[in-house]
Amino acid sequence: MRWLLIKDLQILRRSPLLVGLLVAYPVALSLMVGVALSSPPGKPAVAFLDEVAPGHGEVVFAGRRLDVGSLAADLLGSIRPLRVHTLAAAIADVRGGRALAAVVIPADLPAQIRGLLSEGVGSPTVQVYLNTANPLERELVDQALTTRLAQIQQDVSRQLLRVAVGDLHEVLDGGRVQILGQSVALLGLRDAREIVAGAVRALPPGSALRAALAQVVAFADLAVEGLSFAGPVLGSIGSPLVVQRFQLAGATTPAATYAASIAVVVSLMLVAMLLAAGLLSVERSENAYARLARGLVAPRTVLASKVLLAGGLAAGMALAMAAGISAFVTLSWGRVELWVLSLAIGGLSFAALGAALGALARDVSAASLLAVSVSLPVAFLALVPAGAVSPSLSRALAVVSFLLPFRAALEAASRAFTAGSPLPAVAHLAALALAFGAAGALAMRRLRPSGLRSG
Amino acid sequence: MAAIAPTAAAGPLVARSLTRAFGARVALRDVSFELAPGELVGVIGPNGAGKTTLLSILAGVLEPDSGELRGAGRTAGWVPQQPAVYSRLSVSENLRLFARLERVADVNAAVERMLDHAGLRAHAADRVDRLSGGLRQRVNVAIGLLRDPDVLLLDEPSSALDPRQRARLWDLILDLAGRGTTVVFSTHDIAEVQRYADRVLLLADGELLFCGTCDELVDIVGLRSARRASPDRGGGVSSSSPSRMPSAGAHGSADEGRGRPPDLESALVAFLRGRGH
Repeated sequence: MRWLLIKDLQILRRSPLLVGLLVAYPVALSLMVGVALSSPPGKPAVAFLDEVAPGHGEVVFAGRRLDVGSLAADLLGSIRPLRVHTLAAAIADVRGGRALAAVVIPADLPAQIRGLLSEGVGSPTVQVYLNTANPLERELVDQALTTRLAQIQQDVSRQLLRVAVGDLHEVLDGGRVQILGQSVALLGLRDAREIVAGAVRALPPGSALRAALAQVVAFADLAVEGLSFAGPVLGSIGSPLVVQRFQLAGATTPAATYAASIAVVVSLMLVAMLLAAGLLSVERSENAYARLARGLVAPRTVLASKVLLAGGLAAGMALAMAAGISAFVTLSWGRVELWVLSLAIGGLSFAALGAALGALARDVSAASLLAVSVSLPVAFLALVPAGAVSPSLSRALAVVSFLLPFRAALEAASRAFTAGSPLPAVAHLAALALAFGAAGALAMRRLRPSGLRSG
Repeated sequence: MAAIAPTAAAGPLVARSLTRAFGARVALRDVSFELAPGELVGVIGPNGAGKTTLLSILAGVLEPDSGELRGAGRTAGWVPQQPAVYSRLSVSENLRLFARLERVADVNAAVERMLDHAGLRAHAADRVDRLSGGLRQRVNVAIGLLRDPDVLLLDEPSSALDPRQRARLWDLILDLAGRGTTVVFSTHDIAEVQRYADRVLLLADGELLFCGTCDELVDIVGLRSARRASPDRGGGVSSSSPSRMPSAGAHGSADEGRGRPPDLESALVAFLRGRGH
């Protein structure tokens, strides 16, 4: 096997494209991935038009002030505003691509809010103009604005509910209200009930008013009881929910580290599978396998040499890539021996799969195509979240992902890079490597020297 | 050309009832023959006759479905029809690799010897993918000779060679045969068989139709009697036709003392048609 490995290394050394792939690729990719993961997401550029005249943005209701201007300022916190002065300018910015969207605060928004609060009619409306050319950009802006608007709506609702609850207390307990600039004393339902109850007690026993006033007292009792609950109920509607999170299973890998793990494992997979498939099919296309197969070297030795070489080179490249990414994203260097173990066994597993594909293909180009065609869907399937598809499809995907190395390699790498033990996943990968090696050995039985069919 | 060390006397190569099928197609059917040490045997037949299959079985590349083989197999030197060399390695790297894999005792000596015998000294450091077809075939042959085998199997060895290269190759082969190496070669060139082979194996559709000398083959296809019956018939090969090859060692001149059948190739075609092949 030693001479086969040396021979393959000599051949690889004389393939500048391959050498470039193995050396430059991890460097370039780790730089790209590292910069992408370490840079904070930018705010979308949004054209902003506030048509509310200065000094006219306040809404006064029941002694409280609601400032439309401050609500607009909250919205601006989620975007990079490009202030414009006309609707035409806002739309032109969107069409021209300078802004991903335009937000317009209409001049009559304060009046619309006032009408809703005082008469319960109307729907105060903020206008958003979106660029539909790029659906991804549209999603980005839509999400940024929708999230912010939802928060603003919640703030407004909370303020209005506070007003409503306050008014309810005054109806129950009495107080002073502002009517047309005048402060007027309000009796309150409880006091009104006591006054009527006192009047009933003062009436003579046979009085015809006694029964009628008793009904009023009974109604007042019901109203006090009902409205006493209404306050807390309204308050709870206005109060936001508190969500407590519990991590029952799985790793607590940060998102950036997980993304880095994906990048490293995808590269490991592609290089290992393509190299192994290519190295094995080269033996066939060069017709050299015929010489080897007549007893010089056992077929499984040929297979093992390809798997070892491809897996080893791919693991080395992946380690270099992880080292590069660690300059941008936190990867735990104290666990570097686990990195090596995870990537080495992962590389062998991918290489064994690639070698099995190479044994099936007739030439190098077919082997490469087969390796790429298998590897990319494998990666995509393993990355589909369980809740994103139907339960039956999710189960099917889980089975497929279990039988192929990508998910196990990703789990091993992400645990190795952060916390937790990658050993169960490494054991899974080792088993897959053996299984694919056996499949490759079977596939190599059909390798036949070229020209024999012609006799 | 440097002398090749004489081989020890080797036993005969014996093939009994060799049969091999690929799926439903029977490539070789019940083929039996025996070869002596130092014999030079040509295997001829139309395309699909089973020549390559036979040589691959003799070389140990393929296992026969049934039958027995003694004296060849994995110990034989094998030169496949398509060069089996690593194109991105140099000539000497290829020789060195296969010498190691063949477990040759003295790798360096074997490589140096082959570079000289095959006339590859000037191209030792050249990558094989930068050589001409003829030179690649020479590398192919050199690899087959690395272990100084008792039996050498060549599948259409001269097909990619120009006349000078072909002559050089046959010098080498005749020298080997003269020193006791049994050589089996397949070819489409009937003249080559006539010139060099001690015996001929004629295959068609996997069957061995003939095993014997060229003279016996001439008798079977009816050319010698036809030539006697019609001595003035034109178109035959003249006995004074120039030989393309220089006379070689142990076998002497191929033309001496031997009547040359006129147009053996056409006669063979007619013979095969008559047999339904």
